[in-house]
Amino acid sequence: MSKKKTWFYLFSAPVLIALFLVVLLPFFYGIFYSFTNWDGVSQSAFVGISNYINALKDPTYLASLWFTIKFSVIAIVLINVIGLGLAVLVTNKFKGANILRTIFFMPNLIGGLILGFIWQFIFVEAFSAFGKLTGIPGLGSWLATTNTGFWALVIVMVWQYSGYIMVIYISYLQGIDQSLLEAADLDGASATQKFWQIKFPLIMPGFTVSLFMTLSNCFKLYDQNLSLTAGGPYNSTQMVAMNIYNTAFSMNKMGFAQAKAVIFFVFVAIISLTQVYLTSRKEIEA
Amino acid sequence: MHAEKNTKKIWMIIVGCILGVIWISPFYLMLTNSFKTKKELFSDTLGLPKHLNFDNYVNSAKDLNVVSTFMNSLVITVVSVAIIILFSSLAAYAIQRTKSKWSGFFYMLFVAAMLVPFQSVMIPLVSVFGRVNMLNRPGLVFMYLGFGASMSVFLYNGAMKGIPQALDEAAIIDGASRWQIFTKVIFPMLQPTTVTVALLNVMWIWNDYLLPSLVINQPGSQTIPLTMFDFFGQFTKQWHLAMAGLTIAIIPVIIFYFVMQKQIIAGVSEGAVK
Repeated sequence: MSKKKTWFYLFSAPVLIALFLVVLLPFFYGIFYSFTNWDGVSQSAFVGISNYINALKDPTYLASLWFTIKFSVIAIVLINVIGLGLAVLVTNKFKGANILRTIFFMPNLIGGLILGFIWQFIFVEAFSAFGKLTGIPGLGSWLATTNTGFWALVIVMVWQYSGYIMVIYISYLQGIDQSLLEAADLDGASATQKFWQIKFPLIMPGFTVSLFMTLSNCFKLYDQNLSLTAGGPYNSTQMVAMNIYNTAFSMNKMGFAQAKAVIFFVFVAIISLTQVYLTSRKEIEA
Repeated sequence: MHAEKNTKKIWMIIVGCILGVIWISPFYLMLTNSFKTKKELFSDTLGLPKHLNFDNYVNSAKDLNVVSTFMNSLVITVVSVAIIILFSSLAAYAIQRTKSKWSGFFYMLFVAAMLVPFQSVMIPLVSVFGRVNMLNRPGLVFMYLGFGASMSVFLYNGAMKGIPQALDEAAIIDGASRWQIFTKVIFPMLQPTTVTVALLNVMWIWNDYLLPSLVINQPGSQTIPLTMFDFFGQFTKQWHLAMAGLTIAIIPVIIFYFVMQKQIIAGVSEGAVK
């Protein structure tokens, strides 16, 4: 046993033990639980794959999954388009550009739970006050219907994450070789041409990162969902994370909830890996 | 050409102002309504308060148990982040400097763990830690190490590649131990990454709700998000008090942001790009 190996194991042990006990052990335990009728209290029995079959037949689970997918697709597109737009805006030189950057990023410092509460006030009170003031119809009780509740969640998510994604795009925009843009200027390229022909292809790697981050944040969303709509009305704005939580801790069907959680993991893993694979392949082509 | 550039600039300022106002309006509404009376809030939600009345703050501060809640959040965040920094940098040093199949395997484990969503492990996690009586603050700190390690090791590993191995070798010849090399030579050189790792983890742990709600949700050990959840449930429809409470919860974060703004934004882009 050489001395070299001892320090290697000693230095990596604390983190590995934590990773093992906190992530890996529960992960494999969870797969085991998902095949039982465990309720958190009494002795559990092996039930085969019936939890999985029931999960895929559970209308509330499927509805929450579908709601999450719809929400994520729309939020991801809006966050990335707006985030890139904000990045392009604040990388121009004008008075106030730095202040704007600070303002756009600010919501990310504050937790989703608290942001959801602030927006609950806005959707309930400020929206209706604004509607009365301007005469714009349909601004009352936004959290009371499924459709407006959906858009309320989208608005909060876009408002929060666009600034985060903006920061990522800024670092790619600033990494662009200035001589390329100067050469394009000499050739008489317009601002639009410069954006689509030069900047856009060069910030493609930024898309991989941003899509990956927005995707996983949208899919796993819980805090904002809880504090903004709490799933209401009638669980119609419930997202997957909340459905799993409620199945486990309100209904005490731990095994059943864990089967839902395993399906959720497979879903997230497949989408993330596919997305990273597709976007990184595009980068090489471009 | 010059005039055209100027109109473009004016347009950017106009668009920027409109967007800036939209982005900041939720904070404006929170702050202004926190000074209003219940009646004033309902009759004039959008306007400025007539008086700077701090009654709402006094009342909500009592209910929030401000000092002890703030201290709970502070202690949990600081201890967790310190532990994450120490052990992640140590592990990254070991893994990056050793070329063996184990070091490759460990690295793969950290990357793979990033794919696991919290919700997929939370139920068994609570069950396992509950059985050994670790659903308490030390248990929570340990869980933060487990969940935070992946990204932190990943970032430190990237930074370690930029530190030449010749430094280690020279120190070994001088008779230094691995621990001495790490503390005296390597860790100081990792300082920019340490700032990034610290800020990203502070932002996450300070604001985290779901994990502490499962682990330490008893009176006395609650953090700010946990207290806010109970507080808000208690004061729905008493918006004037709720807004004052939310403002109290947000103030420390905003101060922190204005002091550390440059490092935070740099840290976020570094954390994402690597």
